[in-house]
Amino acid sequence: MSRKKNYAMVIDTRACVGCSACVYACKSENSVPEGFCRDWIEQKIQGSFPNLTMELRSNRCQHCEDAPCVTYCPTGSSHYAGDGTVQIDRDLCTGCKACLAACPYDARYIHPIGYADKCSFCQHRLKKGLQPACVTTCPTDALHLVDLNSNDGIFENLLEDRKTTQDIVHAGTGPKLFWLQ
Amino acid sequence: MAKVNRRQFIKISSAFLASSAAASQVFDWPFQVKNAIAEEFLTADRIVPTTCEICFWRCGVDAHVRDEKVYKLTGQANHPLSNGRLCPRGNGGQGLLYDPNRLRHPLIRVTVNGKPQFRKTSWDEALTLIAERFQQITEQYGTESVAMFSHGFGASFFKTLFSAYGIRTFSAPSYAQCRGPRTEAFKLTYGHAVGSPEAIDVANSKYLVLLGSHLGENMHNTAVQDFSKAISRGCKVVVVDPRYSTAASKAEHWLPIKPGTDLALLRSWIHILINEKIYDVEFIENNATGLEELWEGVKDATPEKTYALTGIPVEQIVAVGRDLGRYGSSALIHPGRHVTWYGDDTQRERAIAILNALLGNYQMPGGLIQQEKYSSYKPKFPVARNAGQQFKSRYPFASSVPANEIVEQTISADPYPVKSWFVYGTNLIHSLGDQRATMEAIQNLDFMVAVDVLPAEITGYADVVLPECTYLERYDDLDNRTYRIPYLAIRQPAVAPLYDSKPGHEIARLLSMKMGLPDLFEADIETYLDKQLKEMGSSLSELKKSGVLKKEESDLYRKEGEMLRFKTPSGKIELASQRLKDAGFDAVPQYYPPPENPPGYFRMLYGRAPMHTFGRTANNRVLGELMPENELWVNEIAGHDMKLKHGEYVYLVNQDQVKSRTRIKVRLTQRIRPDAVYLVHGFGHTDPRMEFAFRRGVSDADLVTKLSVDPIMGGTGMNNNFVTFSRT
Repeated sequence: MSRKKNYAMVIDTRACVGCSACVYACKSENSVPEGFCRDWIEQKIQGSFPNLTMELRSNRCQHCEDAPCVTYCPTGSSHYAGDGTVQIDRDLCTGCKACLAACPYDARYIHPIGYADKCSFCQHRLKKGLQPACVTTCPTDALHLVDLNSNDGIFENLLEDRKTTQDIVHAGTGPKLFWLQ
Repeated sequence: MAKVNRRQFIKISSAFLASSAAASQVFDWPFQVKNAIAEEFLTADRIVPTTCEICFWRCGVDAHVRDEKVYKLTGQANHPLSNGRLCPRGNGGQGLLYDPNRLRHPLIRVTVNGKPQFRKTSWDEALTLIAERFQQITEQYGTESVAMFSHGFGASFFKTLFSAYGIRTFSAPSYAQCRGPRTEAFKLTYGHAVGSPEAIDVANSKYLVLLGSHLGENMHNTAVQDFSKAISRGCKVVVVDPRYSTAASKAEHWLPIKPGTDLALLRSWIHILINEKIYDVEFIENNATGLEELWEGVKDATPEKTYALTGIPVEQIVAVGRDLGRYGSSALIHPGRHVTWYGDDTQRERAIAILNALLGNYQMPGGLIQQEKYSSYKPKFPVARNAGQQFKSRYPFASSVPANEIVEQTISADPYPVKSWFVYGTNLIHSLGDQRATMEAIQNLDFMVAVDVLPAEITGYADVVLPECTYLERYDDLDNRTYRIPYLAIRQPAVAPLYDSKPGHEIARLLSMKMGLPDLFEADIETYLDKQLKEMGSSLSELKKSGVLKKEESDLYRKEGEMLRFKTPSGKIELASQRLKDAGFDAVPQYYPPPENPPGYFRMLYGRAPMHTFGRTANNRVLGELMPENELWVNEIAGHDMKLKHGEYVYLVNQDQVKSRTRIKVRLTQRIRPDAVYLVHGFGHTDPRMEFAFRRGVSDADLVTKLSVDPIMGGTGMNNNFVTFSRT
């Protein structure tokens, strides 16, 4: 029997140009309604003219190991899918927004139909052996879906010799997005 | 005598518009189906490989079709320009296909109660009228009195038709308003152009210098893929730009140069390379002429003097100059793409060409490379024998017709009158600059036809408007351009044309019947393409399935000791150009300072955003979601001095007191010099038929009243315009 997956994402901020192809690809793939998105681009600018730095990063749900959205979901809709991802069972979701309040990463929105929605790492594609839509389209190859339980060395290779950061680690949720500086 | 304004812009026309507006309100976006969940979209009824045209890079896309609607576009895995990936614009192509404001029917200009209006008409009536008017005009003024403007490769069918008819004046703003200076500079230096996609090996560069290039904001897919690859492989990047661009954020050195002084900086680097003898001595000895003259010509360009001109500190100029010498043939000065800036553009591009030569990067990894075509086969069409005069540019090195010169001649009628324009897919109002001249020229026309997908401003001035269907609904000619991986790609319809729109090839064929050339085109496009493909050893059925055919990567690099021969008069790379000298220009690029800012004015610079292609995507509701309008970048301190508030809307007023038609949102930022402002090109549309884009942001083209024309090839430098702000 094959080992259980534990999906995470490594995002190379040096390669990323912040073009938003990931956002548009996600919207088409997941029919995200107008005015909402499951992933987005952040721009961090520091310094003043002419001594500036800018970091561009594609951001989305962290698929936390200890996810507050799952903890606080009163209906069991938000759940661990067993492959390292956090998913939403729409039939169970009442749209109460407890998860939106609990998420330190502001990764969720309420779909106009009435359920909470967020990045699923394109679970439906993963099941078919495909990469998430954002990873597939990224012109700069900045996005990498990795399996932390795998011993294929991909995760380690990506992180080698690179400074890696994670977001809001102090919230203690065990986020699984890794940014390469 | 009062001039009759015959060609009044048609703002709102009759009933058909109201019905299209109503349609837009109930329009159901196929990719946002109510109650849909992602899983429902897993299976497409079919996936159609075709060629994108949201910009002109021509990536391979897979159109995913379900219930006869394109709901998703992805990058074709096998296509060498997309490699399975797509830029944001390519991802949002459905926004064009399902744009509720698309042109739906042929339109004819009529006058009702003294007011011009468009009347919905049939294809037959519209095309009959065009053929009749062309006949009248060419009989009266000669075939040279008709000019065609175009952008995009769907134009090829009309060029074929008009060439057979005797019309010979074809012009594209992508020449004199964009890449022309680069083309001529590289031809003068190396005997050939850089081409598009550019024959440069960015992915393997170790040291890359970008001047005002918007790589990463300009999202030509493979160009950005290569750029990111280079960065990931440790390439050092130098960005020369008054603005802290996306590329600048990846750079080891950002040189926030005083706008308009780039040539001074380039000359200084040439100076350093020769003075310190850190250029590729052997390569230059064997392959170039004019080194001594070059040195004489740049002797005065010391780093100290250059600092005074450019504002770039001496240490930085020297550091980069020496790095260039150190990296040598693995370094590249990127030739840029949109390069019509200050009117000295051919000479600036010459300096770039010369610097690359000194680095010895010609046909070397990381430098300028050789590209090939998949096939040398070209379909043959008859060209009229009794054709009229060839348009003669007054610029000695214009190898293409500068669009602005046609505008001038339409006004002056000298040496002969231009009475009719056929405009395919280019919104001249926004692309040419100097709108006053464009408008005056339009007033002088007897007849104008516009072929477009959307009601772009130019269509409002036309006598006949022909609605072309989008790239997702049509065949076009085969894409057989030079590239490092020779390839042959097809554009084919993913879905049938919507409304009463037609593909360009069909419009041209129907028009050819009316124009008395019934045998010019095959009866159907599929036969035409299949015949060509058979000549190239394939077939339409094969290409329809695969989307693209490709060959092994061509010989990109020169071999050790290989003798090079260049198609220049000397057979060598011309560091000093005798041809330029003979025509009265500087053989070695000299620097002439651009006009300074008038007090209280900022130099207006414009550029690109990743999710838009000029004005062509401004009405795209999918792409517009993340960027519905452009913003005006103003340096924070300079903005405070001008009492501007972040986020407020202002009008712009230029040096000629021309005011923008619309207002723009101020963005106070540290990312730009205090003497310049910046905005993304393509916004500020004033045609209410484009409901989404209407009056969002400002059009820089409104304010480019001064064109600094390059005397060498007629390119229109647009960056010598200055603006200030007005709240009213």
